[in-house]
Amino acid sequence: MIITDTENTAAKVLTKELHCGNKSGRILEKGMKALFFLCACVSVAAVVVICVFMFAKGCPAIAKIGVKEFLLGSDWSPRNVPASYGIFPMIVGSLYCTAGAIIIGVPIGLMTAVFMAKFCPKKLFKWLMPPINLLAGIPSIVYGFFGMVVVVPLIRNVFGGTGNSVLTVSIILGIMILPTIVGMSVSALQAVPDSYYEGAVALGATHERAVATVVFPAAKSGILASVILAVGRAIGETMAVIMIAGNSPIIPESMLDGVRTLTGNIVIEMSYAEGLHYDALIGTGVVLFVFILLLNLCFNLITGRKDKG
Amino acid sequence: MSVMSDKMRTYRSHPMSLVFNILTKIAVTLTIGIFVLIVGYVIIKGVPYLKPSLFSANYTSDNCSMLPAIANTFIMLLAALVIAAPLGIFCAVYLVEYAKKGNRFVRLIRLTTETLSGIPSIVYGLFGNMFFVLALNWKLSMLSGACTLAIMVLPLIIRSTEEALKSVDDSFREGSYGLGAGKLRTIFVIVLPPAISGILSGVILAMGRIFGETAALIYTAGTVAKYAGLSDSGRTLAIHMYSLSNEGLHMNEASATAVVLLVVVLLLNGLASLAAKKLSKGGN
Repeated sequence: MIITDTENTAAKVLTKELHCGNKSGRILEKGMKALFFLCACVSVAAVVVICVFMFAKGCPAIAKIGVKEFLLGSDWSPRNVPASYGIFPMIVGSLYCTAGAIIIGVPIGLMTAVFMAKFCPKKLFKWLMPPINLLAGIPSIVYGFFGMVVVVPLIRNVFGGTGNSVLTVSIILGIMILPTIVGMSVSALQAVPDSYYEGAVALGATHERAVATVVFPAAKSGILASVILAVGRAIGETMAVIMIAGNSPIIPESMLDGVRTLTGNIVIEMSYAEGLHYDALIGTGVVLFVFILLLNLCFNLITGRKDKG
Repeated sequence: MSVMSDKMRTYRSHPMSLVFNILTKIAVTLTIGIFVLIVGYVIIKGVPYLKPSLFSANYTSDNCSMLPAIANTFIMLLAALVIAAPLGIFCAVYLVEYAKKGNRFVRLIRLTTETLSGIPSIVYGLFGNMFFVLALNWKLSMLSGACTLAIMVLPLIIRSTEEALKSVDDSFREGSYGLGAGKLRTIFVIVLPPAISGILSGVILAMGRIFGETAALIYTAGTVAKYAGLSDSGRTLAIHMYSLSNEGLHMNEASATAVVLLVVVLLLNGLASLAAKKLSKGGN
Protein backbone atom coordinates (compact mmCIF):
# COMPACT_ATOMS: atom_id res chain seq x y z
CA MET A 1 0.00 0.00 0.00
CA ILE A 2 2.52 2.57 1.13
CA ILE A 3 5.49 3.44 -1.02
CA THR A 4 8.51 2.95 1.16
CA ASP A 5 11.25 5.53 1.11
CA THR A 6 13.64 3.37 -0.90
CA GLU A 7 11.04 2.73 -3.55
CA ASN A 8 10.30 6.41 -3.55
CA THR A 9 13.93 7.33 -4.15
CA ALA A 10 14.22 4.67 -6.82
CA ALA A 11 11.21 6.13 -8.54
CA LYS A 12 12.71 9.59 -8.22
CA VAL A 13 16.01 8.54 -9.76
CA LEU A 14 14.23 6.75 -12.57
CA THR A 15 12.00 9.72 -13.22
CA LYS A 16 14.95 12.02 -13.35
CA GLU A 17 16.79 9.81 -15.81
CA LEU A 18 13.84 9.13 -18.01
CA HIS A 19 11.91 12.31 -18.27
CA CYS A 20 13.64 15.19 -16.67
CA GLY A 21 16.77 14.76 -18.61
CA ASN A 22 15.97 17.94 -20.44
CA LYS A 23 16.69 21.05 -18.45
CA SER A 24 13.33 22.79 -18.72
CA GLY A 25 11.51 19.73 -17.43
CA ARG A 26 13.74 19.54 -14.41
CA ILE A 27 13.27 23.23 -13.71
CA LEU A 28 9.51 22.81 -13.97
CA GLU A 29 9.55 19.90 -11.53
CA LYS A 30 11.70 21.82 -9.07
CA GLY A 31 9.70 25.00 -9.50
CA MET A 32 6.36 23.30 -8.92
CA LYS A 33 7.71 21.52 -5.88
CA ALA A 34 8.76 24.88 -4.48
CA LEU A 35 5.31 26.28 -5.28
CA PHE A 36 3.57 23.40 -3.49
CA PHE A 37 5.89 23.94 -0.54
CA LEU A 38 5.11 27.67 -0.44
CA CYS A 39 1.37 26.96 -0.45
CA ALA A 40 1.90 24.55 2.41
CA CYS A 41 3.61 27.32 4.34
CA VAL A 42 0.60 29.64 4.03
CA SER A 43 -1.37 28.02 6.85
CA VAL A 44 1.65 28.26 9.14
CA ALA A 45 2.16 31.89 8.14
CA ALA A 46 -1.53 32.64 8.70
CA VAL A 47 -1.44 31.33 12.26
CA VAL A 48 1.75 33.25 13.00
CA VAL A 49 0.40 36.53 11.57
CA ILE A 50 -2.93 36.15 13.39
CA CYS A 51 -1.15 35.51 16.70
CA VAL A 52 1.28 38.40 16.17
CA PHE A 53 -1.44 40.88 15.29
CA MET A 54 -3.80 39.84 18.07
CA PHE A 55 -1.17 39.89 20.79
CA ALA A 56 0.78 42.91 19.52
CA LYS A 57 -2.32 45.06 19.52
CA GLY A 58 -4.26 43.52 22.39
CA CYS A 59 -1.57 43.03 25.04
CA PRO A 60 -0.39 46.68 25.22
CA ALA A 61 -4.01 47.74 25.62
CA ILE A 62 -4.52 45.23 28.42
CA ALA A 63 -1.28 46.44 30.06
CA LYS A 64 -2.40 50.08 29.75
CA ILE A 65 -5.76 49.38 31.35
CA GLY A 66 -4.11 47.15 33.92
CA VAL A 67 -4.27 43.36 33.77
CA LYS A 68 -6.23 43.05 36.99
CA GLU A 69 -8.56 45.90 36.16
CA PHE A 70 -9.22 44.50 32.69
CA LEU A 71 -9.76 40.85 33.59
CA LEU A 72 -11.41 41.26 36.99
CA GLY A 73 -13.00 44.68 36.77
CA SER A 74 -16.77 44.36 36.73
CA ASP A 75 -17.53 47.74 35.21
CA TRP A 76 -17.56 48.08 31.43
CA SER A 77 -18.41 51.65 30.52
CA PRO A 78 -16.14 52.81 27.72
CA ARG A 79 -18.06 56.01 27.13
CA ASN A 80 -17.80 57.28 30.69
CA VAL A 81 -15.21 59.89 31.63
CA PRO A 82 -12.93 58.40 32.81
CA ALA A 83 -13.76 55.26 30.87
CA SER A 84 -13.55 51.91 32.59
CA TYR A 85 -12.81 48.65 30.82
CA GLY A 86 -13.56 45.63 32.97
CA ILE A 87 -14.51 42.50 31.03
CA PHE A 88 -15.17 40.25 34.01
CA PRO A 89 -18.96 40.23 33.35
CA MET A 90 -18.32 39.07 29.79
CA ILE A 91 -15.89 36.35 30.86
CA VAL A 92 -18.43 35.08 33.38
CA GLY A 93 -21.20 35.41 30.79
CA SER A 94 -19.27 33.36 28.24
CA LEU A 95 -18.50 30.69 30.82
CA TYR A 96 -22.12 30.51 32.02
CA CYS A 97 -23.47 30.18 28.49
CA THR A 98 -20.88 27.58 27.53
CA ALA A 99 -21.56 25.59 30.70
CA GLY A 100 -25.28 25.75 29.97
CA ALA A 101 -24.72 24.58 26.42
CA ILE A 102 -22.64 21.65 27.67
CA ILE A 103 -25.27 20.68 30.26
CA ILE A 104 -27.96 20.67 27.57
CA GLY A 105 -26.01 19.49 24.54
CA VAL A 106 -23.64 16.83 25.87
CA PRO A 107 -26.14 14.34 27.38
CA ILE A 108 -28.43 14.54 24.34
CA GLY A 109 -25.47 14.38 21.96
CA LEU A 110 -23.81 11.41 23.67
CA MET A 111 -27.05 9.45 23.97
CA THR A 112 -27.75 10.13 20.29
CA ALA A 113 -24.23 8.99 19.42
CA VAL A 114 -24.67 5.76 21.41
CA PHE A 115 -27.91 5.03 19.59
CA MET A 116 -26.43 5.83 16.18
CA ALA A 117 -23.29 3.77 16.73
CA LYS A 118 -24.63 0.74 18.58
CA PHE A 119 -28.44 0.48 18.58
CA CYS A 120 -29.37 1.81 15.18
CA PRO A 121 -30.38 -0.58 12.36
CA LYS A 122 -28.20 0.00 9.29
CA LYS A 123 -31.12 1.04 7.13
CA LEU A 124 -32.21 3.67 9.62
CA PHE A 125 -28.65 4.97 10.03
CA LYS A 126 -28.60 6.01 6.39
CA TRP A 127 -31.64 8.21 7.00
CA LEU A 128 -30.80 9.59 10.44
CA MET A 129 -27.16 10.62 9.98
CA PRO A 130 -27.58 13.21 7.16
CA PRO A 131 -29.98 15.46 9.12
CA ILE A 132 -27.60 15.40 12.10
CA ASN A 133 -24.72 16.41 9.85
CA LEU A 134 -26.85 19.10 8.22
CA LEU A 135 -27.38 20.68 11.64
CA ALA A 136 -23.70 21.66 11.41
CA GLY A 137 -24.29 23.37 8.08
CA ILE A 138 -27.09 25.68 9.20
CA PRO A 139 -25.63 29.21 9.41
CA SER A 140 -25.38 30.67 12.91
CA ILE A 141 -27.48 33.63 11.84
CA VAL A 142 -30.37 31.26 11.12
CA TYR A 143 -29.98 29.68 14.57
CA GLY A 144 -30.05 33.19 16.02
CA PHE A 145 -33.17 34.03 14.07
CA PHE A 146 -34.86 30.82 15.20
CA GLY A 147 -33.90 31.61 18.80
CA MET A 148 -35.22 35.13 18.48
CA VAL A 149 -38.63 34.24 17.08
CA VAL A 150 -39.24 30.89 18.82
CA VAL A 151 -37.14 30.32 21.94
CA VAL A 152 -37.12 33.90 23.32
CA PRO A 153 -40.94 34.24 23.34
CA LEU A 154 -41.22 30.71 24.74
CA ILE A 155 -38.93 31.51 27.69
CA ARG A 156 -40.70 34.84 28.20
CA ASN A 157 -44.10 33.18 28.38
CA VAL A 158 -43.05 30.25 30.53
CA PHE A 159 -40.61 31.85 32.99
CA GLY A 160 -41.32 35.58 32.65
CA GLY A 161 -38.64 38.23 32.19
CA THR A 162 -37.56 39.50 28.79
CA GLY A 163 -36.73 36.09 27.38
CA ASN A 164 -33.24 37.25 26.41
CA SER A 165 -31.38 35.17 28.95
CA VAL A 166 -28.58 32.77 29.81
CA LEU A 167 -31.09 29.95 29.50
CA THR A 168 -32.10 30.94 25.96
CA VAL A 169 -28.48 31.21 24.86
CA SER A 170 -27.67 27.85 26.48
CA ILE A 171 -30.51 26.14 24.63
CA ILE A 172 -29.49 27.49 21.21
CA LEU A 173 -25.79 26.79 21.82
CA GLY A 174 -26.69 23.33 23.10
CA ILE A 175 -28.42 22.65 19.78
CA MET A 176 -25.53 24.10 17.80
CA ILE A 177 -22.93 21.81 19.39
CA LEU A 178 -25.00 18.63 18.85
CA PRO A 179 -23.58 17.74 15.40
CA THR A 180 -19.99 18.20 16.63
CA ILE A 181 -20.54 15.87 19.58
CA VAL A 182 -22.58 13.26 17.72
CA GLY A 183 -20.31 13.12 14.66
CA MET A 184 -17.05 12.63 16.54
CA SER A 185 -18.48 10.38 19.25
CA VAL A 186 -20.09 8.05 16.70
CA SER A 187 -16.74 7.49 15.01
CA ALA A 188 -15.06 7.03 18.40
CA LEU A 189 -17.66 4.43 19.43
CA GLN A 190 -17.48 2.64 16.10
CA ALA A 191 -13.69 2.44 16.38
CA VAL A 192 -13.87 0.32 19.56
CA PRO A 193 -13.03 -3.28 18.62
CA ASP A 194 -16.06 -5.58 18.59
CA SER A 195 -14.24 -8.05 20.82
CA TYR A 196 -14.77 -5.70 23.79
CA TYR A 197 -18.51 -5.82 23.30
CA GLU A 198 -18.56 -9.55 22.62
CA GLY A 199 -16.52 -10.22 25.74
CA ALA A 200 -18.94 -8.26 27.90
CA VAL A 201 -21.96 -10.02 26.41
CA ALA A 202 -20.31 -13.40 26.85
CA LEU A 203 -19.91 -12.58 30.54
CA GLY A 204 -23.66 -12.12 30.77
CA ALA A 205 -24.12 -8.38 30.32
CA THR A 206 -27.18 -7.17 28.44
CA HIS A 207 -26.65 -5.39 25.14
CA GLU A 208 -27.21 -1.99 26.78
CA ARG A 209 -25.00 -2.76 29.74
CA ALA A 210 -22.16 -3.92 27.50
CA VAL A 211 -22.38 -0.69 25.52
CA ALA A 212 -22.66 1.57 28.56
CA THR A 213 -20.03 -0.01 30.77
CA VAL A 214 -17.50 -1.44 28.30
CA VAL A 215 -17.71 0.17 24.85
CA PHE A 216 -18.44 3.69 26.06
CA PRO A 217 -15.49 3.89 28.49
CA ALA A 218 -13.20 2.44 25.82
CA ALA A 219 -14.12 5.34 23.52
CA LYS A 220 -13.71 7.98 26.20
CA SER A 221 -10.76 9.86 24.72
CA GLY A 222 -12.57 10.39 21.40
CA ILE A 223 -15.71 11.40 23.27
CA LEU A 224 -13.78 13.82 25.46
CA ALA A 225 -12.19 15.31 22.35
CA SER A 226 -15.64 15.87 20.85
CA VAL A 227 -16.76 17.67 24.03
CA ILE A 228 -13.69 19.92 23.97
CA LEU A 229 -14.34 20.79 20.33
CA ALA A 230 -17.94 21.55 21.28
CA VAL A 231 -16.80 23.86 24.09
CA GLY A 232 -14.67 25.72 21.54
CA ARG A 233 -17.63 26.12 19.23
CA ALA A 234 -19.92 27.32 22.02
CA ILE A 235 -17.49 29.85 23.47
CA GLY A 236 -16.65 31.27 20.04
CA GLU A 237 -20.19 31.52 18.71
CA THR A 238 -21.14 35.11 18.00
CA MET A 239 -24.07 36.00 15.79
CA ALA A 240 -26.56 33.51 17.17
CA VAL A 241 -25.70 34.65 20.69
CA ILE A 242 -26.00 38.40 20.30
CA MET A 243 -29.46 38.06 18.77
CA ILE A 244 -30.85 36.37 21.87
CA ALA A 245 -28.62 37.34 24.83
CA GLY A 246 -29.86 40.80 25.80
CA ASN A 247 -26.24 41.98 25.81
CA SER A 248 -26.12 44.19 28.89
CA PRO A 249 -22.59 44.02 30.36
CA ILE A 250 -23.69 42.94 33.83
CA ILE A 251 -22.95 39.68 35.61
CA PRO A 252 -26.17 37.66 35.37
CA GLU A 253 -27.64 36.73 38.73
CA SER A 254 -30.01 34.04 37.53
CA MET A 255 -30.58 31.89 34.49
CA LEU A 256 -33.24 34.29 33.32
CA ASP A 257 -31.07 37.42 33.34
CA GLY A 258 -29.64 38.89 30.18
CA VAL A 259 -25.99 38.31 29.48
CA ARG A 260 -23.18 39.63 27.30
CA THR A 261 -20.48 37.25 26.08
CA LEU A 262 -16.91 38.04 25.04
CA THR A 263 -17.84 37.54 21.40
CA GLY A 264 -20.91 39.75 21.73
CA ASN A 265 -18.84 42.52 23.31
CA ILE A 266 -16.64 42.68 20.21
CA VAL A 267 -19.41 42.71 17.61
CA ILE A 268 -21.69 45.16 19.39
CA GLU A 269 -19.13 47.90 20.00
CA MET A 270 -16.70 47.47 17.12
CA SER A 271 -18.71 49.73 14.82
CA TYR A 272 -18.10 52.89 16.81
CA ALA A 273 -15.02 52.07 18.90
CA GLU A 274 -11.96 54.28 18.62
CA GLY A 275 -8.58 54.59 20.32
CA LEU A 276 -8.24 52.70 23.59
CA HIS A 277 -11.82 51.46 23.30
CA TYR A 278 -10.96 49.71 19.99
CA ASP A 279 -7.80 48.29 21.55
CA ALA A 280 -9.79 47.08 24.56
CA LEU A 281 -12.07 45.18 22.16
CA ILE A 282 -8.98 43.58 20.59
CA GLY A 283 -7.98 42.74 24.17
CA THR A 284 -11.34 41.03 24.59
CA GLY A 285 -10.51 39.10 21.42
CA VAL A 286 -7.14 38.12 22.90
CA VAL A 287 -8.81 36.69 26.00
CA LEU A 288 -11.16 34.69 23.76
CA PHE A 289 -8.24 33.62 21.59
CA VAL A 290 -6.28 32.38 24.62
CA PHE A 291 -9.30 30.34 25.74
CA ILE A 292 -9.46 28.78 22.27
CA LEU A 293 -5.72 28.07 22.13
CA LEU A 294 -5.90 26.35 25.53
CA LEU A 295 -8.83 24.24 24.33
CA ASN A 296 -6.87 23.36 21.18
CA LEU A 297 -3.93 22.32 23.34
CA CYS A 298 -6.18 20.03 25.41
CA PHE A 299 -7.64 18.62 22.20
CA ASN A 300 -4.20 17.88 20.79
CA LEU A 301 -3.03 16.28 24.03
CA ILE A 302 -6.05 13.97 24.08
CA THR A 303 -6.02 12.97 20.41
CA GLY A 304 -2.22 12.68 20.48
CA ARG A 305 -2.38 10.29 23.41
CA LYS A 306 -4.98 8.23 21.58
CA ASP A 307 -2.73 7.88 18.52
CA LYS A 308 0.15 6.63 20.63
CA GLY A 309 -1.80 4.32 22.93
CA MET B 1 -42.64 -12.93 18.75
CA SER B 2 -40.37 -15.11 20.84
CA VAL B 3 -37.52 -12.68 20.26
CA MET B 4 -39.71 -9.89 21.59
CA SER B 5 -40.71 -11.79 24.70
CA ASP B 6 -37.09 -12.80 25.24
CA LYS B 7 -36.16 -9.18 25.16
CA MET B 8 -38.94 -8.23 27.53
CA ARG B 9 -37.82 -10.90 29.98
CA THR B 10 -34.25 -9.58 29.90
CA TYR B 11 -35.46 -6.06 30.48
CA ARG B 12 -37.64 -7.15 33.40
CA SER B 13 -34.61 -8.48 35.20
CA HIS B 14 -32.41 -5.56 34.08
CA PRO B 15 -34.58 -2.45 34.28
CA MET B 16 -31.59 -0.09 33.94
CA SER B 17 -30.89 -1.50 30.49
CA LEU B 18 -34.41 -0.67 29.43
CA VAL B 19 -34.07 2.86 30.83
CA PHE B 20 -30.79 3.35 28.97
CA ASN B 21 -32.29 2.06 25.76
CA ILE B 22 -35.26 4.38 26.04
CA LEU B 23 -33.06 7.38 26.92
CA THR B 24 -30.99 6.93 23.75
CA LYS B 25 -34.17 6.73 21.69
CA ILE B 26 -35.50 9.93 23.28
CA ALA B 27 -32.18 11.65 22.52
CA VAL B 28 -32.27 10.66 18.84
CA THR B 29 -35.87 11.76 18.53
CA LEU B 30 -34.94 15.10 20.08
CA THR B 31 -31.97 15.64 17.78
CA ILE B 32 -33.85 14.79 14.61
CA GLY B 33 -36.90 16.64 15.90
CA ILE B 34 -34.90 19.82 16.45
CA PHE B 35 -33.57 19.65 12.91
CA VAL B 36 -37.04 19.17 11.46
CA LEU B 37 -38.42 21.91 13.72
CA ILE B 38 -35.81 24.51 12.72
CA VAL B 39 -35.92 23.79 8.99
CA GLY B 40 -39.70 23.43 8.97
CA TYR B 41 -40.30 26.57 11.01
CA VAL B 42 -37.97 28.75 8.93
CA ILE B 43 -39.50 27.53 5.67
CA ILE B 44 -43.16 27.69 6.76
CA LYS B 45 -42.67 31.10 8.34
CA GLY B 46 -40.63 32.55 5.49
CA VAL B 47 -42.06 31.23 2.23
CA PRO B 48 -45.27 33.37 2.31
CA TYR B 49 -43.09 36.49 2.42
CA LEU B 50 -40.99 35.56 -0.62
CA LYS B 51 -42.46 38.30 -2.79
CA PRO B 52 -41.15 39.44 -6.18
CA SER B 53 -40.39 42.86 -4.68
CA LEU B 54 -37.71 41.18 -2.56
CA PHE B 55 -35.85 40.50 -5.80
CA SER B 56 -36.14 43.94 -7.38
CA ALA B 57 -33.01 45.30 -8.98
CA ASN B 58 -32.06 47.85 -6.34
CA TYR B 59 -32.23 47.95 -2.56
CA THR B 60 -34.36 50.57 -0.88
CA SER B 61 -35.41 50.58 2.74
CA ASP B 62 -38.96 49.93 1.49
CA ASN B 63 -38.49 46.84 -0.63
CA CYS B 64 -35.48 45.38 1.28
CA SER B 65 -34.42 43.72 -1.98
CA MET B 66 -31.93 40.93 -1.47
CA LEU B 67 -30.70 40.91 -5.06
CA PRO B 68 -27.65 43.15 -4.45
CA ALA B 69 -26.77 41.00 -1.45
CA ILE B 70 -27.08 37.82 -3.53
CA ALA B 71 -24.83 39.30 -6.23
CA ASN B 72 -22.29 40.29 -3.59
CA THR B 73 -22.41 36.83 -2.09
CA PHE B 74 -21.46 35.30 -5.44
CA ILE B 75 -18.56 37.72 -5.87
CA MET B 76 -17.47 36.90 -2.33
CA LEU B 77 -17.71 33.15 -2.98
CA LEU B 78 -15.72 33.44 -6.18
CA ALA B 79 -13.03 35.72 -4.75
CA ALA B 80 -12.54 33.69 -1.57
CA LEU B 81 -12.38 30.39 -3.47
CA VAL B 82 -10.00 31.74 -6.12
CA ILE B 83 -7.61 32.47 -3.25
CA ALA B 84 -8.30 29.51 -0.97
CA ALA B 85 -8.81 26.60 -3.40
CA PRO B 86 -5.38 26.63 -5.12
CA LEU B 87 -3.59 27.30 -1.82
CA GLY B 88 -5.45 24.53 -0.03
CA ILE B 89 -5.17 21.97 -2.83
CA PHE B 90 -1.46 22.64 -3.44
CA CYS B 91 -0.78 22.47 0.28
CA ALA B 92 -2.46 19.05 0.44
CA VAL B 93 -0.53 17.91 -2.65
CA TYR B 94 2.70 18.83 -0.90
CA LEU B 95 1.67 17.04 2.28
CA VAL B 96 0.60 13.82 0.57
CA GLU B 97 2.87 13.58 -2.48
CA TYR B 98 6.12 15.28 -1.48
CA ALA B 99 6.60 15.43 2.28
CA LYS B 100 7.93 12.37 4.05
CA LYS B 101 5.31 10.84 6.28
CA GLY B 102 5.41 12.02 9.86
CA ASN B 103 8.21 14.54 9.49
CA ARG B 104 8.28 17.63 11.63
CA PHE B 105 7.08 20.04 8.96
CA VAL B 106 4.02 17.92 8.23
CA ARG B 107 3.19 17.83 11.91
CA LEU B 108 3.60 21.60 12.12
CA ILE B 109 1.19 22.13 9.24
CA ARG B 110 -1.30 19.71 10.76
CA LEU B 111 -1.08 21.60 14.05
CA THR B 112 -1.62 24.97 12.36
CA THR B 113 -4.55 23.80 10.24
CA GLU B 114 -6.15 22.35 13.37
CA THR B 115 -5.59 25.66 15.14
CA LEU B 116 -7.06 27.58 12.20
CA SER B 117 -10.18 25.40 12.15
CA GLY B 118 -10.67 26.00 15.88
CA ILE B 119 -10.47 29.80 15.74
CA PRO B 120 -13.94 31.36 16.04
CA SER B 121 -15.14 33.46 13.12
CA ILE B 122 -15.28 36.65 15.19
CA VAL B 123 -11.53 36.38 15.83
CA TYR B 124 -11.05 36.12 12.05
CA GLY B 125 -13.22 39.21 11.76
CA LEU B 126 -11.08 41.08 14.29
CA PHE B 127 -7.89 39.99 12.59
CA GLY B 128 -9.23 40.89 9.14
CA ASN B 129 -10.21 44.30 10.41
CA MET B 130 -6.75 44.89 11.89
CA PHE B 131 -4.72 43.39 9.06
CA PHE B 132 -6.54 43.80 5.74
CA VAL B 133 -8.75 46.79 6.53
CA LEU B 134 -6.37 48.91 8.60
CA ALA B 135 -2.77 47.69 8.24
CA LEU B 136 -2.92 47.05 4.48
CA ASN B 137 -5.38 49.94 4.15
CA TRP B 138 -7.78 48.03 1.89
CA LYS B 139 -10.65 49.71 3.79
CA LEU B 140 -13.93 47.89 4.35
CA SER B 141 -14.09 46.03 1.06
CA MET B 142 -15.11 42.78 -0.58
CA LEU B 143 -11.42 42.00 -1.06
CA SER B 144 -10.68 42.31 2.68
CA GLY B 145 -13.65 40.07 3.38
CA ALA B 146 -12.65 37.52 0.75
CA CYS B 147 -9.09 37.26 2.08
CA THR B 148 -10.35 36.82 5.64
CA LEU B 149 -12.75 34.08 4.54
CA ALA B 150 -10.05 32.43 2.43
CA ILE B 151 -7.92 31.90 5.55
CA MET B 152 -10.99 30.67 7.40
CA VAL B 153 -11.91 27.93 4.91
CA LEU B 154 -8.32 26.91 4.16
CA PRO B 155 -8.20 24.06 6.71
CA LEU B 156 -11.47 22.65 5.33
CA ILE B 157 -10.08 22.43 1.81
CA ILE B 158 -6.68 21.13 2.92
CA ARG B 159 -8.19 18.33 4.97
CA SER B 160 -10.66 17.08 2.38
CA THR B 161 -8.06 17.24 -0.41
CA GLU B 162 -5.61 15.33 1.77
CA GLU B 163 -8.18 12.60 2.41
CA ALA B 164 -9.04 12.45 -1.29
CA LEU B 165 -5.40 12.17 -2.38
CA LYS B 166 -4.68 9.52 0.24
CA SER B 167 -7.59 7.44 -1.04
CA VAL B 168 -5.97 7.16 -4.47
CA ASP B 169 -4.30 3.77 -4.52
CA ASP B 170 -0.51 3.82 -4.66
CA SER B 171 -0.55 1.34 -7.55
CA PHE B 172 -1.78 4.23 -9.72
CA ARG B 173 1.35 6.20 -8.89
CA GLU B 174 3.64 3.20 -9.30
CA GLY B 175 2.10 2.41 -12.65
CA SER B 176 2.62 5.97 -13.78
CA TYR B 177 6.25 6.03 -12.66
CA GLY B 178 6.73 2.64 -14.25
CA LEU B 179 5.60 4.01 -17.58
CA GLY B 180 8.13 6.77 -17.20
CA ALA B 181 6.00 9.74 -16.22
CA GLY B 182 7.52 12.43 -14.04
CA LYS B 183 6.27 13.28 -10.59
CA LEU B 184 4.47 16.41 -11.72
CA ARG B 185 2.76 14.63 -14.58
CA THR B 186 1.79 11.76 -12.29
CA ILE B 187 0.15 14.20 -9.90
CA PHE B 188 -1.81 16.14 -12.47
CA VAL B 189 -2.73 13.36 -14.88
CA ILE B 190 -3.00 10.29 -12.64
CA VAL B 191 -3.58 11.28 -9.01
CA LEU B 192 -5.76 14.38 -9.15
CA PRO B 193 -8.50 13.15 -11.55
CA PRO B 194 -9.77 10.26 -9.39
CA ALA B 195 -9.52 12.51 -6.31
CA ILE B 196 -11.55 15.29 -7.87
CA SER B 197 -14.88 14.45 -6.27
CA GLY B 198 -13.35 14.45 -2.79
CA ILE B 199 -11.66 17.78 -3.44
CA LEU B 200 -14.92 19.13 -4.80
CA SER B 201 -16.74 18.01 -1.67
CA GLY B 202 -14.34 20.11 0.45
CA VAL B 203 -14.70 23.11 -1.84
CA ILE B 204 -18.50 22.88 -1.74
CA LEU B 205 -18.44 22.65 2.07
CA ALA B 206 -16.27 25.76 2.06
CA MET B 207 -18.85 27.47 -0.15
CA GLY B 208 -21.52 26.64 2.41
CA ARG B 209 -19.48 28.20 5.18
CA ILE B 210 -18.77 31.34 3.17
CA PHE B 211 -22.43 31.62 2.24
CA GLY B 212 -23.60 31.55 5.84
CA GLU B 213 -20.79 33.56 7.40
CA THR B 214 -21.58 36.78 9.22
CA ALA B 215 -19.26 37.52 12.13
CA ALA B 216 -16.07 37.46 10.04
CA LEU B 217 -17.55 39.77 7.42
CA ILE B 218 -19.28 42.60 9.29
CA TYR B 219 -16.05 44.44 10.03
CA THR B 220 -14.10 43.37 6.96
CA ALA B 221 -16.57 43.62 4.07
CA GLY B 222 -19.01 45.96 5.73
CA THR B 223 -22.76 46.24 5.51
CA VAL B 224 -23.50 48.53 2.55
CA ALA B 225 -26.55 47.29 0.63
CA LYS B 226 -25.32 47.95 -2.90
CA TYR B 227 -23.76 46.02 -5.76
CA ALA B 228 -20.11 46.04 -4.81
CA GLY B 229 -16.90 45.57 -6.76
CA LEU B 230 -13.84 44.04 -5.12
CA SER B 231 -12.69 47.35 -3.65
CA ASP B 232 -16.11 48.48 -2.41
CA SER B 233 -17.85 47.65 0.81
CA GLY B 234 -20.88 45.40 0.33
CA ARG B 235 -23.10 43.09 2.36
CA THR B 236 -23.54 39.42 1.62
CA LEU B 237 -26.87 37.66 2.06
CA ALA B 238 -26.13 36.52 5.62
CA ILE B 239 -25.22 40.05 6.70
CA HIS B 240 -28.29 41.33 4.88
CA MET B 241 -30.39 39.03 7.01
CA TYR B 242 -28.59 40.09 10.19
CA SER B 243 -29.16 43.78 9.43
CA LEU B 244 -32.83 43.22 8.71
CA SER B 245 -33.50 41.25 11.87
CA ASN B 246 -31.33 43.59 13.96
CA GLU B 247 -33.30 46.67 12.93
CA GLY B 248 -36.42 44.81 14.00
CA LEU B 249 -38.57 46.64 11.44
CA HIS B 250 -38.43 44.07 8.67
CA MET B 251 -38.88 40.72 10.39
CA ASN B 252 -41.01 39.35 7.53
CA GLU B 253 -38.35 40.17 4.98
CA ALA B 254 -35.75 38.68 7.34
CA SER B 255 -37.65 35.41 7.53
CA ALA B 256 -37.92 35.30 3.73
CA THR B 257 -34.15 35.84 3.52
CA ALA B 258 -33.66 33.06 6.05
CA VAL B 259 -35.44 30.66 3.69
CA VAL B 260 -33.11 31.49 0.80
CA LEU B 261 -30.06 31.23 3.05
CA LEU B 262 -31.12 27.94 4.61
CA VAL B 263 -32.15 26.25 1.36
CA VAL B 264 -28.93 27.19 -0.44
CA VAL B 265 -26.74 26.09 2.47
CA LEU B 266 -28.58 22.77 2.86
CA LEU B 267 -28.32 22.15 -0.90
CA LEU B 268 -24.58 22.87 -0.83
CA ASN B 269 -24.08 20.52 2.12
CA GLY B 270 -26.10 17.80 0.45
CA LEU B 271 -24.08 18.23 -2.72
CA ALA B 272 -20.85 17.99 -0.74
CA SER B 273 -21.79 14.70 0.88
CA LEU B 274 -22.94 13.39 -2.50
CA ALA B 275 -19.52 14.20 -3.95
CA ALA B 276 -17.82 12.57 -0.96
CA LYS B 277 -19.93 9.44 -1.42
CA LYS B 278 -18.95 9.26 -5.06
CA LEU B 279 -15.32 9.34 -4.00
CA SER B 280 -15.66 6.48 -1.54
CA LYS B 281 -17.41 4.39 -4.21
CA GLY B 282 -14.74 5.21 -6.79
CA GLY B 283 -12.04 4.28 -4.26
CA ASN B 284 -13.46 0.80 -3.86
